[in-house]
Amino acid sequence: MPQKTLLQAINDGLKTEMSRDDRVIVMGEDVGINGGVFRATDGLYDQFGPDRVMDTPLTETGIVGAAIGMAVYGLKPVPEIQFADYTYPAFDQIVSELSMFRYRSGGEYACPVVIRTPYGGGIRGGLYHSQSPEAYYTHTPGLKVVIPSTPYDAKGLLAAAIRGEDPVIFMEPKKIYRSFKADVPEEDYEVPIGPARIAREGTDLSIFCYGAMVELCEKAADKAAEEDGVSAEIVDLRTLYPVDEESVLNSVKKTGRALIVYEAHKTCGYGAEISALIAEKALEHLEAPIKRVGGLDTPFPYTLEYVYMPHPLRVYNAICDVMAFE
Amino acid sequence: MSDNWVQVMEEGAASYDLPAGLTEADLKQMYEGMIMIRAYDERALKLQRSGRIGFCVTSFGEEATQVGTAHALRPDDWVFPAYRQYGVPLYRGASMTKMAAHLFGNADDSAKGRQMPAHYTFDEHRFVSASSVIGSQIIHAVGCAMAIKYRKSDEVAVTYFGDGASSANDFHSSLNFAGVYKPPVLFFLVNNQYAISLPVEKQTGISELYKKAEGYGVHGIRVDGNDVIAVYKATREAAQRARDGKGATLLELFTYRVGAHSSSDDPTRYREKDETAEWKEKDPIERMKRYLQQLNIWTEEYEAEVWEQCRTKLSVAITKAEQIGDPPWESAFENVYAEMPSALEAQKQELLDRESGLELNNEGEFPL
Repeated sequence: MPQKTLLQAINDGLKTEMSRDDRVIVMGEDVGINGGVFRATDGLYDQFGPDRVMDTPLTETGIVGAAIGMAVYGLKPVPEIQFADYTYPAFDQIVSELSMFRYRSGGEYACPVVIRTPYGGGIRGGLYHSQSPEAYYTHTPGLKVVIPSTPYDAKGLLAAAIRGEDPVIFMEPKKIYRSFKADVPEEDYEVPIGPARIAREGTDLSIFCYGAMVELCEKAADKAAEEDGVSAEIVDLRTLYPVDEESVLNSVKKTGRALIVYEAHKTCGYGAEISALIAEKALEHLEAPIKRVGGLDTPFPYTLEYVYMPHPLRVYNAICDVMAFE
Repeated sequence: MSDNWVQVMEEGAASYDLPAGLTEADLKQMYEGMIMIRAYDERALKLQRSGRIGFCVTSFGEEATQVGTAHALRPDDWVFPAYRQYGVPLYRGASMTKMAAHLFGNADDSAKGRQMPAHYTFDEHRFVSASSVIGSQIIHAVGCAMAIKYRKSDEVAVTYFGDGASSANDFHSSLNFAGVYKPPVLFFLVNNQYAISLPVEKQTGISELYKKAEGYGVHGIRVDGNDVIAVYKATREAAQRARDGKGATLLELFTYRVGAHSSSDDPTRYREKDETAEWKEKDPIERMKRYLQQLNIWTEEYEAEVWEQCRTKLSVAITKAEQIGDPPWESAFENVYAEMPSALEAQKQELLDRESGLELNNEGEFPL
């Protein structure tokens, strides 16, 4: 089976979906001849031509808005927003138009647009190439929010997103775009939107995470296992909305302790929702207070990126805190 | 006037030739269509003023912009409207019962009571659900037209928006996309000279808004928006141009919002009555009437009969609509997604278990 990076898996997924369905259109800034600034769309232009791989003018509201019109007509546009930080110029089109089209039209018009966008820090991108805006979109009814953390899931979740009937914000952890390779089947397959993945089974505490944080939590868990004999369960949420409540609650019921790790600003970040979910539905199973490790409540700094970002030691320390509570 | 000014029925002129492609039956159909909108607006406003519906938008004085364009388009052309173009589906044959259902937001409303009145949606008439956000639909029409071009179909996508929307980001991105991709899209910039209270001269630094098109490489023309035949003619030509692969046209339909912005607005706060009175003289329905008179196809009996039919149609539909209740509570949870997520299902179930059967009191609240 071929080994691919997460980025190559996305490229593979786009090619697969475009080959099997001529409604699928890729569009965005520099996605055509240039193959995307991260090369996610590399080779698509040559294979499918400019009618299906559209280099667009530099306007995110235009890209998302035009994609909505295409979807209303019956196509399946997959626009790329070059960085998640630039979904904000398209924010109105995403939260007021894309997300509400089906609802406000009484079900007459669906908008199955999949917005792919690289997010998160770790590439020295400073304020405007590092943000993690997932909470804005999980807070918006009508959108699904998906974040893969492995090459296998990236291809499979992208397939499920494109084949589905709802708009999806498909956020790609750019820090791990090229950081490791793993098995990715040649043939097409879907990883369903919704279910979480138990990245590692454990019995002492549950770590809930997604995207680039999964790898980092694994490192922290290794250290906790080696040095403290802690058996951490790592739950890779994969889909943030609709979230797999059952997996979250089952894990907490098993371990009795919960740590949530995410790189967005801590306050009102997605981890707060997981924390609330556990508090509402599994409080009696908790043996320690829930703990969150998030990004700082500051804009994302350039030089001090390493201070802003959660890192394995910070997560390890949090694991120790949660385990220390008696 | 410049070459870009389209007018057929000169105000006060003595005689006209029947424009190519139009029969007397077409003219009467357009005349009747405008009266239908006028009757609809009068009735909706009365319903709102008497508290039977919560809100309404009228289009007094702008009837020709809706009927002239609608008459020139094909039924399979896509319409992305703002909230003041409900005359278009009405002209395309939307059921009056459905139109009235939307005014009440009742269980029969195609928008399922989810939007304020004037945000109609009619997929069978390719009249795409409107937003309240100004100008956001313009780019949807462009995307739809890009899809039409991709599929090599000969439909056209059109969008309506006002002079206020010409300031919005999406106007810019839309014209820009249209200039680059040259899709079959028509931009109807209904310049009714007011965005709620702001007059057009404070909205933009240019007085002829169609000229904005040139900066994007898009064809632009200005049309007498109170001349239904001119609107028809200009739309027909622009649509043909689009179908021939020659790209987009921005049509500035120059008109005047005789009524208030909405039932919540009071125009006496920001404009002189004389100004409005002046534009009432240019009424598009009266103008068409004079034309029909000259062709000897108008009589007082004919006009009275048209009004009578419109009013009857409205009364029947409104009486019916008022008897239909609110949409069922569970419908509030539907159509958020293709399939209801389990968490939403649980939210619905909890609400129904706890609250179903409760009734609102006279204050519109659930009694504590």
